[in-house]
Amino acid sequence: MTLLDHVPSEAQLRRSAYRRRQTVYSVLVAAFSTAALGTLLVIAVTGAPGWDRVRRSFLDPEIARDALPTVLSGLWLNVRLLVCCAVGALLLGLLVAVLRTLRGPVFFPVRALAAGYTYTFRGLPLIIVLYLLTLGVPGLRLQGMPPVLVLGGIALVLTYGGYLAEVFRAGIESVHPSQLAAARSLGLSYRQTMRHVVLPQAVRRVAPPLLNDVVALQKDVGLVSLAGPIDAVRAAQIATAQTFNYTPYVVAGVLFVLLAIPLIAVTDWVTLRAARRQSGG
Amino acid sequence: MALLRCRGLRKEFGGHVVLDQLDLTVAEHQVVALIGASGSGKSTLLRCVNLLDELDDGTIELDGVDISDPRVDPDQVRRRIGMVFQAYNLFPHLSVLDNITLAPRRVHRRGRAEAEAQARELLDRVGLGAKADAYPDRLSGGQQQRVAIVRALANSPRLMLLDEVTSALDPELVGEVLAMIRDLKADGMTMVLATHEMGFAREVADEVCFLDAGRVVESGPPEQVLGEPTQPRTRQFLRRIIEAGRL
Repeated sequence: MTLLDHVPSEAQLRRSAYRRRQTVYSVLVAAFSTAALGTLLVIAVTGAPGWDRVRRSFLDPEIARDALPTVLSGLWLNVRLLVCCAVGALLLGLLVAVLRTLRGPVFFPVRALAAGYTYTFRGLPLIIVLYLLTLGVPGLRLQGMPPVLVLGGIALVLTYGGYLAEVFRAGIESVHPSQLAAARSLGLSYRQTMRHVVLPQAVRRVAPPLLNDVVALQKDVGLVSLAGPIDAVRAAQIATAQTFNYTPYVVAGVLFVLLAIPLIAVTDWVTLRAARRQSGG
Repeated sequence: MALLRCRGLRKEFGGHVVLDQLDLTVAEHQVVALIGASGSGKSTLLRCVNLLDELDDGTIELDGVDISDPRVDPDQVRRRIGMVFQAYNLFPHLSVLDNITLAPRRVHRRGRAEAEAQARELLDRVGLGAKADAYPDRLSGGQQQRVAIVRALANSPRLMLLDEVTSALDPELVGEVLAMIRDLKADGMTMVLATHEMGFAREVADEVCFLDAGRVVESGPPEQVLGEPTQPRTRQFLRRIIEAGRL
């Protein structure tokens, strides 16, 4: 930091002027190369021999307008399912990760169960879990069976809970043993140490990868449509089948990206903040 | 009467004997300094007394009660012993005030207002009142270590274990931490401190124990152990310390 009454030297003035010129030059180069690449791409795509046909079957504005309401209502299902499944999977993941850290012979079955769960559900393809839950479980004809949408949600929570549990566990293990020693030396029990010292630090550290998994979940919630409920992609598929035009898929794709942007922006912001905190320490 | 009595302590790490038939007795209001080279067992001894490491043999008595008995609840023991670490080990996600009030509130079930009032009073006494709401990473090493000492004191311990509390500090920050320990001695706190500060050990300790290969080789008043050591290994150690300009 320079003081207000500091007069920069000749050499410093020359350096500043040089750096300003370099900045202007860099901006000009970036603008030119971006414009050149963009023009090339447009020429390559629109100049292709099949461009007119592709434009008609993928980018028809009229069909896009007609398909938008049904795709949007499908997307609303995605959003609701995403919120419920994200909360569920985060809670399940945290619970399983904590269970895996328990020591002592009493907890052996709990540890084994938790470890078996993360192994199974990280290995099992989501589609198979979905089919087992939405087609297999109702086949049992039990009393009080939840609707197919809830079963599909449970499949998503089970699958993503397995991934999130491992992320949480990595966070728990990243907390230095000296923090545990300090907490235990104050007389805190293992549970209190976990609750007040280890978990707050662990969750903060792994917030970026956790949010990254939520972004992935956002795309996978649509798979419940395999069992019947109509989400955005399924709605687009129906519209496509009616018009023999693929534009509704493009509409659904654009909506998905728009939905992901805020979540990704939050992830980036949290990551940046975490990095700053660490370098600031 | 002896507040702490260690008899025949043994601790191994992977076939390496760190504590070997170690005996140590600390009377109430006494300050004992542990000196010795790195790896001589000073830190392990302190960790064993606080039940952070499990003994392989021997007994530790605190207030006449065998705390090395596996049926003793270690959490009950640790809340009567304060420990301060070389690397401060403050909780980085908690403010200074929350670091200090964590144990009083969660372990001793005091109310927030009462715990915070006590913490602020302790902080004021060591001149850190203005830092109560700061986070540890905004403090200097010396300030962090003083907060760590306050955090241990907030439990009103019977015994304080200080593990090379000035070793990680810049030289100009050592003094403020040592001054605080000097005040603790004046208040009559019983302390066992592992240290490389020979001058400070001579000034503050009632007894100095020289550890080598997990045993107490020589112990006695500081003037005797540091001034006229009888054991060859003590003399050799002190000669190296003097050559390094630390005495």
